Order: sequence, then structure tokens, then C-alpha cells
Amino acid sequence: MPKEPVAVVGIGQTKHVAARNDVSIAGLVREAALRALEDAGLTWSDIDAVVIGKAPDFFEGVMMPELYLADALGAVGKPMLRVHTAGSVGGSTALVAAGLVAARVHRTVLTLAFEKQSESNAMWGLSLPVPFQQPLLAGAGGFFAPHVRAYMRRTGAPDEVGSLVAYKDRRNALKNPYAHLHDHGITLEKVRAAPMLWDPIRYSETCPSSDGACAMVLTDRDGAARSPHPPAWVHGGAMRSEPTLFAGKDFVSPQAGKDCAADVYRQARITDPRREIDAVEMYVPFSWYEPMWLENLGFAEEGEGWKLTEAGVTELDGDLPVNPSGGVLSTNPIGASGMIRFAEAALQVRGRAGEHQIDGATRALGHAYGGGAQFFAMWLVGAEPPPG
Amino acid sequence: MRDVAIVAFAQTAHRRRTDELSEVELLMPVLHEVLGATGLRANEIGFTCSGSADYFAGRAFSFTMALDGVGAHPPISESHVEMDGAWALYEAWVKIQTGEADTALVYSYGKSSPGRVRDVLTRQLDPYYLAPLWPDSVALAALQAQALIDAGATDEPALAEVAARNRTAAVGNPHAQLTGDVPAGDYLVRPLRTGDCPPIGDGAAAVVLAAGDTARALCARPAWIRGIDHRIEAHGLGVRDLTDSPSARLAAQRAGAFERPVDTAELHAPFTSQEVVLRKALGLGDDVRVNPSGGALAANPVMAAGLIRLGEAAARIHRGESDRALAHATSGPCLQQNLVAVLEGESTHA
Repeated sequence: MPKEPVAVVGIGQTKHVAARNDVSIAGLVREAALRALEDAGLTWSDIDAVVIGKAPDFFEGVMMPELYLADALGAVGKPMLRVHTAGSVGGSTALVAAGLVAARVHRTVLTLAFEKQSESNAMWGLSLPVPFQQPLLAGAGGFFAPHVRAYMRRTGAPDEVGSLVAYKDRRNALKNPYAHLHDHGITLEKVRAAPMLWDPIRYSETCPSSDGACAMVLTDRDGAARSPHPPAWVHGGAMRSEPTLFAGKDFVSPQAGKDCAADVYRQARITDPRREIDAVEMYVPFSWYEPMWLENLGFAEEGEGWKLTEAGVTELDGDLPVNPSGGVLSTNPIGASGMIRFAEAALQVRGRAGEHQIDGATRALGHAYGGGAQFFAMWLVGAEPPPG
Repeated sequence: MRDVAIVAFAQTAHRRRTDELSEVELLMPVLHEVLGATGLRANEIGFTCSGSADYFAGRAFSFTMALDGVGAHPPISESHVEMDGAWALYEAWVKIQTGEADTALVYSYGKSSPGRVRDVLTRQLDPYYLAPLWPDSVALAALQAQALIDAGATDEPALAEVAARNRTAAVGNPHAQLTGDVPAGDYLVRPLRTGDCPPIGDGAAAVVLAAGDTARALCARPAWIRGIDHRIEAHGLGVRDLTDSPSARLAAQRAGAFERPVDTAELHAPFTSQEVVLRKALGLGDDVRVNPSGGALAANPVMAAGLIRLGEAAARIHRGESDRALAHATSGPCLQQNLVAVLEGESTHA
């Protein structure tokens, strides 16, 4: 029996900020969930199950917070699953929720991801010492900087490409009311003049620490028919993982990312992603990951990704807009960041992305990665139902 | 629904401490054992899913190292729940239902020994109102036990009998940590004595799932999952009837447990009083063999103990010792969240 087609009929986000001191964790997630329900024209009683994700529990200091959040998310008496796949978790969580609908286990599922980073300190949450093991280099930038350097050396990309990405994403964020960073005075010169944190990554090329949540309502064909607004349809979705460390691992372009994209394109019958996909929401926590992932995801030949960025192809008005929402560089509630990518891709094909809408977008890719560039989650959504 | 079965199960010997082993080292033997039992290699498995909790390792992303132990190269289709491995099994079962995989590897592990598990579990509670008071897991279970006694549902001698029966059964379980004649002991938190509480230990478990004919090819007598469901209740203990478990009952109903009697039940009841609650909620009569493995009172490696219940129930079906078994897993304080699966051997499936 073929899978049930899965539709995204509701999307809700909080306004992402550095510290939401006015709400508890429960209040934060409820805000996003209520917005998603409102968008879907549904109430709590229409939801059959809840799938929740976030990055490590040490970020808020709450172990398995789904237990505490059951009441706030209307999950009492329902199934509730908690996904955790490091930075890719927002994407994985959406895919687990989509699986419940696709398998016809449930008809309508609420999925939500969040991070309230102001409750704790994310850098130290990632830096707890482990005996007999290399400490995690105080946060993520130290881990990823050498791989960016390897990319630059391998491809001969000029130094300023990273700044172009940050300048683009921060300008895109000005059009997104939910984005965390709204820097109205941004200039390319300011991006380039920012202090160096982990060479070659400048302060201006790193993501912020945000409080925020993102929620989606996923449903089956019948549910989509009742939706008050156009749904987005899932045409393909996949997860791939590889070990943190092994001989032959390519940190610049991990095999798991290539395999994950290939699986999604096969499901969605995409043969030429560069031409057939209208918008990409890509997980870019450090600016250089845009050109790197352009290659990893098959939008550019190996060594050519930076040329697309440099030529303006990935700009809002380019022919392959990347991160029209402003991306992770402008908004990073870590556990929610992947789901925001998936949700923003869905907003694009629903025609509901507001000022950062790409005209005529009918197919969009949402992408997330995590761990030591080892966990990947992606989906491709379309304005029309999948064939068959 | 596709027919999906547990075709292999392995677990460690559960021990009070495993200081000499990392989580990966704890896990590796059981991964090799289940894969060896099926003849499958890691890259031949359709989907892999694990369950664990960072708070036991005391570090973020602890599961990433466990993945290295799986040998995920070439890359695999894989996911992780920050829950007991029973819920990882559920996610894998859903994946097979979508048709995207025909086989799945599920594993989970927990090392309680590096920290103080009673303190660690307080971090599961409402972070603003409850967790700052550090009410520990034994104290919360004692509230539930006292509520049962006050309701006339049990008494202390009856609880001691639950402990004795489980630990006597565990004598036949080579993996169990606490077996045989265990004294009731002193009160830990009234009315619970040390004998009413689970041992603290380290351990890991793994199962392989397979669909239809693949399952038949991998296992002489697959343990078919006839139904599986899980439900959660409110977090606040003040709004729950602690003498009952409506979420366990609903999950069992949705899993089809009440359609025909089961001959065996593996209950994830770390405290004697919780077995009393679950027996009632699940309608288990005296003719049902409850916890022939000794249950969580004999070995309670957190985050693996629920998956082990599914594995123990399946293993009895594999061995022909059960035709229809109920397996249960729990999460959260005082049985807040419950999962129930019904497993059957082929012969009873008309």
C-alpha cells in the first residue's frame, strides 16, 4: 500500500529573540503551537499525537522536558515522542511526525521544536568535560573552523565569500518579522570589519543564540482538503547519519549529506536540483557553510559552490534563493533551527512567506545538519500534491 | 498495517558499576550479538534508532559516540529519541509501516553509576516549581505507594511479596543484577523499603525488527507486534490519580491487549507499588505470568529497562514459552508515560 501523502497545513513561530524573560519554556512552546493551530484552522482536540524535538537537554537544564511540557502542548491522553538528533533535530522531528501520517498511524500530528537558550549557556552546555576524551573546543565554532579552512584551500575560494553570505542573510532577515537579528544599519564593510573569532570565521559570520519555537501541523489528504489555506505537500524526506570520526571522513562534504539529498531527490523525482528547486532553506550556522552545502546538496559541482554565492545566485532575487528567511545566521534557537528551515520551505510553496516570499515558488528544500557534520535531515515540499 | 516482528534481542549483564567501560564499550557486544543472530550487517539494516538520555552521561550529545560504535559507514538512515529505547522501537516500527524500511536496529543504554540517579531524575521535573525542591524518584514513588495503601489497594506485606516474586523469577535470568532472596530492608522513604526499589545499574540492550517474510527468514519463530501504542498523562502529580494509570490502560486498549488474554506480561515497574497499579490498569489476572525475567526490580538500567521488557517478552515467544505476551515501558515520575505492545508467535495468528 503506498504511503499516505503528507500535507503541512499549519505553521507557527515565535518572534525569536536573545531572551524571552516574559514566558516559561511551556509558555514559549505554547505560543508557537497555538499559531500553528490557528493557521490550520484547528483546535487541540483535532491533534492525534505530538512529536517534539530540541537539542541537548543541558541547554535548558531540563532532562526530557517533554514530560513537563505534556500539559502545555495538549498532549495529555495522547502519544508524545521526543526526538533528539543534535543540530539536525528540528528536521528529524518533522520527519518523524510526517512518518506517523504517512504510515496512517495518525491522521493529524502536531510537531514542535524549541530552544530557550537564555535559560542556560549553550557554549558550556556543549563543553562538559568527558574523561579520556578531547574536550569539545568550547562551542561549535572551534570545531567547524578548520573544515571551513579546508574548503577554502581545496576550492581556492576568495576570503570574502563568507562575508557575502552573512550580508545577504542579515538583509533577508529584515523582511522576516520572526527573525532574531534585525540589523537595519548593516553594510558589507561592517560584516568584513568584525572581529575574528575562529579564523576564518568572523563574529559577524556566526549565528546568534536565540530563544524560540517553531510548530507545524501535519495531516493526511482528507485533512488537507479541509485546510483553510493552501497546504505544502511533502514530496520527499530523509535522514542520514555517519560516525563522528572515521578514517576517510570528508568534513567538507560529508557522504551522509550527499546520500540524504540524493534520497530526497529520488523520492521527489528531482533530476536537476539547480533548475527544479525554487528556494532553499539551508542550515548555515557559519556563513561559509552556504557554498559548502551548495556542493554537498548537488546545486553546484565540487569546488564551484562559492561561485554561485559570489555571482549573487543565492540572493533573494537570484535564480536559486538560499535562506530567504535570513536563515540560521539570523535566528538560532538551536533545537528549533532545523524545523524553522523545514517550515520556511513550506511557507514558500504555500505562498505565505510574506515580504521574503519568492515569487512563484512551487518546490522548496528544507535542510538541517548536526553533530560533527554527521546527522542530516531534509525534506522537499511542493505546492501540488505528490503524483500517484 | 504491515506485519512487523522482533526477530532478535540481546542485553548486557546488568551491573552496579561499569567504570571500566565507556557507553560505546557497554553497547558494542549487544550490537554484535543481535546483528550476529540475524546475519545482518549494519549497512544492510533499513533504519536504526536509539534511545538514551544525556543526563546520565553528564554531557551533551552522548549518543553521537554510540553511533560510532554502530559503524555507520557507509551512512545509514538513523534517528534517536531522548527517551527509553522502547520509544525508539516505536519510531522504528512506524518507519517500517511507511514502507521506507523492511528491517530496523534499535538499541538503548544507560549508565547510572557515574552520578546519583535519584538526584539526576529530579531534573525531569517542572523546572520552575518542582525541580528546585529536588524531590527524588524514590520519594515520588513513595507518594504513589502511600496513595495505594490509603486506598486499600495494597499493603506493605503485599508489596514485599511482589519484590520476592520478581527476584525469585530473576534467578533464572543470567543478565539480572539482583536475584533470589533479597531482604525487605529498612525504609528508604516510607512506605517503601530498599526491597521495594530497583537496583541501580548500568546496562544496554538491542533488538532487530523485520517485516513480513524478511522476519520469517531471519527468525524461526518471530515475535509479531500485533499492536503498539503509547500515551502520556499530565506532569503535575496533584492532578493525577496516582492509584491508577489511565495512560497505560488506553495504550493497552489501542494496542489490542484486551481483545484476547495474554499469557505473559513484562511490566516496566521499577517499584513494587507500580506493579500493583499496572496489574489493575492492564486487567492482568493471576493466570498471567508477570515478569518471568524478574522485571525492573531485578535490573533497571535506565533508558534500556523499557526496551528490555519488549526484548524479554519477544525472547519468550522466540523460545516457544509464550504465544501472546504484553510488553510495557514507562517514562517519567509515577508512571507518567506508558507504552504497551502486544506480541504473538505465528501459531496463534489464525
